[in-house]
Amino acid sequence: MIKLLNVRKGFNLGRPNEFIAVGGVTLAMEANRVTVLKGPSGSGKTTLLSLIGCMARPTSGRITLRRGLLAGGYFPGGADAPEVEVTSLPERFLTEVRRRTFGFIFQQFNLVKGITVLENVMLPAYPLGEAHGAVKKRAHALLEMFDLAGRAVAKVEWLSGGEAQRVAIARALMNDPPVIIADEPTAHLDSKLSVAFMEIIARLKEQGKTAVIASHDPLVFGAPMVDRVVAVRDGLIDGEGQ
Amino acid sequence: MTGWIEKNRSILDFTLSSLLRRKGKNLSLFAVYTLVVFMLGSAMFLTQAMKREAALILKDAPEIVVQRLLGGRYDPIPLEYSEKIRAIRGVSTAGPRLWGYYYDPVIGANYTLMVPRTDAPPPEKIIIGSGVSRSRKAGQGDIFSFRGYDGDNRNFTVAGELSPESELVSADLILMAEADFRGLFGFPAGQATDIVVSVRNPKEVLTIARKVAELLPDTRPIVRDEMVRTYDSVFDWRGGIVVVLLMMALLAFVIFAWEKASGLSADEKREIGILKAIGWETSDVIAVKAYEGLLVSFFSFSAGLLAAYGHVFFFSAFLFVPALKGWSVLYPEYRITPFIDLYQVAVLFFLTVVPYTVATIIPSWRAAIIDPDSVMRS
Ligand SMILES: Nc1ncnc2c1ncn2[C@@H]1O[C@H](COP(=O)(O)OP(=O)(O)OP(=O)(O)O)[C@@H](O)[C@H]1O
Ligand SMILES: [Mg+2]
Repeated sequence: MIKLLNVRKGFNLGRPNEFIAVGGVTLAMEANRVTVLKGPSGSGKTTLLSLIGCMARPTSGRITLRRGLLAGGYFPGGADAPEVEVTSLPERFLTEVRRRTFGFIFQQFNLVKGITVLENVMLPAYPLGEAHGAVKKRAHALLEMFDLAGRAVAKVEWLSGGEAQRVAIARALMNDPPVIIADEPTAHLDSKLSVAFMEIIARLKEQGKTAVIASHDPLVFGAPMVDRVVAVRDGLIDGEGQ
Repeated sequence: MTGWIEKNRSILDFTLSSLLRRKGKNLSLFAVYTLVVFMLGSAMFLTQAMKREAALILKDAPEIVVQRLLGGRYDPIPLEYSEKIRAIRGVSTAGPRLWGYYYDPVIGANYTLMVPRTDAPPPEKIIIGSGVSRSRKAGQGDIFSFRGYDGDNRNFTVAGELSPESELVSADLILMAEADFRGLFGFPAGQATDIVVSVRNPKEVLTIARKVAELLPDTRPIVRDEMVRTYDSVFDWRGGIVVVLLMMALLAFVIFAWEKASGLSADEKREIGILKAIGWETSDVIAVKAYEGLLVSFFSFSAGLLAAYGHVFFFSAFLFVPALKGWSVLYPEYRITPFIDLYQVAVLFFLTVVPYTVATIIPSWRAAIIDPDSVMRS
């Protein structure tokens, strides 16, 4: 369970170009569900995702995570507290949360150019200090799962759009995070590949993962495995459902 | 602990593939870096070795050399002066020396002609230094023809070569008999070039030098310690010019390194953002850049230093010889005894590796503290 309580995010506060991107959002997302944030361009979807994923801190308001989502590591707030407020955690804990709790799939895929597919998938595991061999094995297994076994040593710039997308997914899953966050995952895909992507999301949901996706693509928010669609407009929740 | 090792192993792994990705940039960095270390290292090895050589020479130099002055200029010294000096209390020996310079137009260089005080060669025979034998391609049995003061040519047969113990002094040396020397130069009998004096108690050197000057007012005693200082300043001065030049090279290098290493490309910045977004800490990102800087530094430094070592000690610093020892064409051939001063190597290390690594880290540090969410909108 991920809860947002009256979360606001402003940019350039106190300056002439001050801008409130998220203006007081209260929202609870169930675990093991697929939630889609839907809204027009500039409505604040990406900003919301980065707040949920602990990539940025809200200007005000609180975000809490169910303790079960915080695999590994010790987090303050009492060992028995059912929920941890992430908004007040020091930076090093936020890094830990980004590593272990969330897997990010970016709109532009954001793969590291010049190195191989395999290395890209392994990257999130490097700071964890696991044995190199074990990491490699896990990465190979993920590539296998996404039909990329043959492309392991290819450089990422040689990949087709669909392949790059799947490498990005594999990388997001590298540290086995309970929550997947995807920002406009189908923006660069044709409809066939978009449908394939949503099938992968369905598979991950079957494995017990939670997904939060920002998209205004009907192929995404209209897909059968989506449990909930939240409409966002001008930085505010603008109703539920399709 | 094993976690730390594995983490750094992985990060190092990534660093290596990062370096290989930007081959062009890193190779040009490596080349310039190596060149600078090579030049600095060569200058350092050479001046150091020359100082040592000079110290070696002067170790065996006489404690006091007495010259005669006439009108403020050097003049041959009467032989009986050595008896007078020997009579001074505290002097253990005092003896005349015969030596001078001869310009050889064949190779365009000066020889030092000298009559040894013991074991002088027989008449019309000479013993030559290794520099002379190399530049004239002469050996035992060959004949040298010298033009005397009177315009007549005199022939000398090479009877042997000096062992090249300290080449810097003996390279241009030619030993001959006293009669030959006087005959060649028209050096008047009863006079010598200078007088060397040794003293019983080294603490009295200055006192005795003063006594000599009082007793023989037309002479000038030169004390060895003064010569040591002169040599030191000569080599320092010569090293000094090179060092100034190389300081400029170093400065150019720092600017170059700053330009190359610090200018993070948009791609690199984006990459740092990606790494942060997938859970890398600022310190992990900086570790990559630090490894990158250290790897480039380490290999360039080692390569440059090795090349400098070879240049100075195996190839006799041929690139620098014109600048450092231009006074004689005999010297370039000589091979310097290998010698490394670890302190200087350390100084060189800190002058190059540290600024370079800092130049690599600082800009990445600035990029690494950006918020990870920036990659979500690029
Ligand atoms: N760092 C920033 N500084 C200033 N304004 C920002 C910043 N980041 C986002 N914004 C603004 O906040 C608003 C919301 O941006 P956001 O990227 O969340 O929208 P979005 O719903 O994801 O849009 P899109 O569908 O086009 O991706 C935009 O008007 C944007 O210009
Ligand atoms: Mg967006």
